[in-house]
Amino acid sequence: MSDNYYNSKDLKNFKNISDWSKPLGDRFFEYYSKVFEEGALSAREKSLIALAVSHVVKCPYCIDAYTKDGLQRGVTEEEMMEAVHAGAAIESGATLVHAVQMMNKHKKLSH
Amino acid sequence: MTKPSLRRSNHLLSDPKQQIKILASGAFSSGALPTFSETLNKQDVTLKTDTLDILQVNLGYMCNQTCAHCHVDAGPDRKEIMSPETIDQVIDAIDRFLPNTLDLTGGAPEMNPEFKRLVSAAVKRSVDDIIVRSNLTILESNDHFKSYPQFFKENGLHVVSSLPHYSMKTTDRQRGKGVFSKSINALRRLNALGYGRVKNLKLDLVYNPSGAFLPGSEKELEADFKRKLKTDFDIDFNRLFCITNLPISRFLEYLQASENYEEYMEVLVAAFNPATLSGLMCRNTLSVGYDGKIYDCDFNQMLQMPVSGKKQHLIDLQRGDYSGRKIVVHQHCYGCTAGSGSSCQGSIS
Repeated sequence: MSDNYYNSKDLKNFKNISDWSKPLGDRFFEYYSKVFEEGALSAREKSLIALAVSHVVKCPYCIDAYTKDGLQRGVTEEEMMEAVHAGAAIESGATLVHAVQMMNKHKKLSH
Repeated sequence: MTKPSLRRSNHLLSDPKQQIKILASGAFSSGALPTFSETLNKQDVTLKTDTLDILQVNLGYMCNQTCAHCHVDAGPDRKEIMSPETIDQVIDAIDRFLPNTLDLTGGAPEMNPEFKRLVSAAVKRSVDDIIVRSNLTILESNDHFKSYPQFFKENGLHVVSSLPHYSMKTTDRQRGKGVFSKSINALRRLNALGYGRVKNLKLDLVYNPSGAFLPGSEKELEADFKRKLKTDFDIDFNRLFCITNLPISRFLEYLQASENYEEYMEVLVAAFNPATLSGLMCRNTLSVGYDGKIYDCDFNQMLQMPVSGKKQHLIDLQRGDYSGRKIVVHQHCYGCTAGSGSSCQGSIS
């Protein structure tokens, strides 16, 4: 067992989740690969969305995978960083918009 | 200031034997990864030459650039260059082999003083496709070389040029500061002559990844390159060839220094695609070194792994000798069989 919670080599074994539940695992991976095919959005655009979401959900495996995927697609450093900022802006906005609830509650309870 | 070559720096990896030693050891000697020969055996395949279509000639290792990933370890400090006598032997070989394609590479092939004579001889002999692998910046270096695009056009040469990315930052990082701007200027001049715009004046670009990763889809990258170069610089070209970086020479040095070597080899082995085997360039290409020695490919040339058999110089080889020869392989060959495959003409499958 590793002393760390995350081990980068575990990403290679992701497919092994099907070993304990093949129908669910197979359906997940089929769905996953379908999602990232060219569609109304290009595979390149989807890769950048995935990179942004990887940061928001703070998944180190996904960050490694979609940084590499972006490099393979010729995505520039600026594009990658702007995508992460888009994710970060939504994440911080989601925190800050709750401040309205705080303000409403404060107003209601204060005299 | 241009960086010195591995050879000039007396780097351990300037010795091909040291490179082969690395490729033979580690995960391959421990059995953690199969050697390329073992992988071929598992597929029940013996790689052999078919018919000779492409005569690829290295005119010398001298170059005006010192690119980070150059498999030739070329640069301004490399003095190895094809002599007039060996050029004569190449011309004789064109007469013997009647190749469909003459692929001129280097270093910067234009820097060989015999370049124009060899091209003229090939034109006279009606070689279908005469490729010059130009680094573009040489065409901007001085008045002498600025006249070369016109010579290319007059002789109907097919220009194949490296451009690692459509962004200045990525290109300059791999090929040197200022390379991107000079390359764009050269591409504009080639376009103005009709290259990439007029039929029969083909201008192809070569993309190789700027780091320890494989190239993505050639089709998608080509579309991105075309859109960006047209929008930003009004540049047109025909095709984009995606080439995988093979773990030799300066790229091997980079992989080791950045501690990416083991993972890169794992990726190459995992991406082995048997469908690429029938289209490998070594099956229809003869690679000729600046000294006339012959190899199965340019990479074997740099590793100094000559063709199998006793005839290892261009003057020894007759047309009938080419077919059916066992191709010499090592672990670097995984670079040509990974994913969609890789050749000097881009993806295979």
